[in-house]
Amino acid sequence: MDAVIASLPQYWDGFLRTLYLSVISGIIALIVGTILAAMRVSPVAALRGFSTFYVEVARNTPLTIIFFFAAIVLPRLGVKFEQFEVAAIIALSSYTAAFIAEAVRSGVNSVPVGQAEAARSIGMTFIQVLGFIVLPQAVRTVIPPLINILIALVKNSSVAGAFFVLELFGYGRQLSNDYGDQVLWILLGVAFFYLLITVPLGLLAHFVERKVAIAR
Amino acid sequence: MKAFITRRKSLLVAASAVLALSLSACGGGGSSTTPPVASASFDAGTTMEKLNKAQKITIGTKFDQPLFGQKGLDGKPVGFDVEMGKAIAAKLGIPADKIEWVETVSQNRESFIEQGRVDLVIATYTINDARKEKVAFAGPYYEAGQALLVNKDDNSITKPEDVKGKKVCSVTGSTPAKTIAEKYGAEVVPAATYTACLEPLRNKQVVAVTTDNVILAGYVDKEPDAFKLASDQTFTKEPYGIGLKKDDTVFRGWINDQLEGFAKDGTYKKAWEATAGKVIKTTPELPAINRY
Repeated sequence: MDAVIASLPQYWDGFLRTLYLSVISGIIALIVGTILAAMRVSPVAALRGFSTFYVEVARNTPLTIIFFFAAIVLPRLGVKFEQFEVAAIIALSSYTAAFIAEAVRSGVNSVPVGQAEAARSIGMTFIQVLGFIVLPQAVRTVIPPLINILIALVKNSSVAGAFFVLELFGYGRQLSNDYGDQVLWILLGVAFFYLLITVPLGLLAHFVERKVAIAR
Repeated sequence: MKAFITRRKSLLVAASAVLALSLSACGGGGSSTTPPVASASFDAGTTMEKLNKAQKITIGTKFDQPLFGQKGLDGKPVGFDVEMGKAIAAKLGIPADKIEWVETVSQNRESFIEQGRVDLVIATYTINDARKEKVAFAGPYYEAGQALLVNKDDNSITKPEDVKGKKVCSVTGSTPAKTIAEKYGAEVVPAATYTACLEPLRNKQVVAVTTDNVILAGYVDKEPDAFKLASDQTFTKEPYGIGLKKDDTVFRGWINDQLEGFAKDGTYKKAWEATAGKVIKTTPELPAINRY
């Protein structure tokens, strides 16, 4: 226990980096994921094909392998970055975007087709139909699964610890090296700081769900 | 005890004779590194006598450490540790093919010695006080230490001071990582394993990888066209000893005598040049033997 207290500065540094990775990757994943979902339901076959291909590949590949590609294969292909955090963000957001795309697509599908048909009939374009009519309704049903995905993202960010980024889990490993006799406490400390991010997210999901729930 | 002393004397004579021979034969350059088997006799009751009578010795070594102890395609380990083992066995009157090699890893070395599953452990085995409570160490026969691995075409780094403020990869929380950060001001890129450090080095995302020179030399041995050691010199000292049963003081003293003999008669240099010397070109001096 005293090992945890003595290492609070390291925990805090790791916590901030985990939060940073999660927030940036989360925002990118939400944007990319929504675009992918829009492509998936678009009338253009090529876009639908690309989106389907991307989603199936990204969500069916182990995250560790995606990290390996981002951190090691990309630099070899000439994509150089100064900080390994960039690789972690690329890996996390490209992986999570696939799940977000699927969630948003299911939300879009849950909006009765009559809504889209009515919008089309008054002359709205595909983008307008999606932006003004379908997505605002879809978002309400997909908030709980989206937050689920974001919670998973926070936990997935621990993989970055194995790819040269010193986030919470990376510090956890370093500290268990330093305090070999108190590994249990050190790891409980790591878990506690993860909960500090994920539990509020879960509560938020619960709150939003009640707020925006609509009777159908 | 008297017999023991006279034996030591005769060994000294033998050693100087060998030295004279090797001096006169200088430039000949034999290909075999295995020293000739001595016809030795030992005091009754000693471990040396027991092993000599049995004509068999079991030595624990690493099977996965290139240049020091690595299992070859024929199933026999090769490396500097293995050569040391063969040389000691030869002094016991046991030919190399009668040695039984057992793989010991870092976690089981003490227990293998305590249980008597091996007679000796020569396995890049660092001498420290915690281990001395369980086993005895002859030697040290080599001083390893922290070094830097760099890309082959990089000549800008030759000493640890050169990596100040630069990115250096090492294992998270390891002692080498702390040394390079705290003493030499490098920015440590943490990795899970040392092999994980190699790709960032190849991609020039880090300028160097740091840990024991023995481990790094193994990577150079595998990919001599990609990597090199920044220098043969190390900037920390890790004495490697030969592990044996804790209470066997006679055997320990005898091995220490042999080690000093190897340094004198050139066995040590020959063993080094045939193995680790392929990467670490500077043949080390035998460190001062620690007779405790």
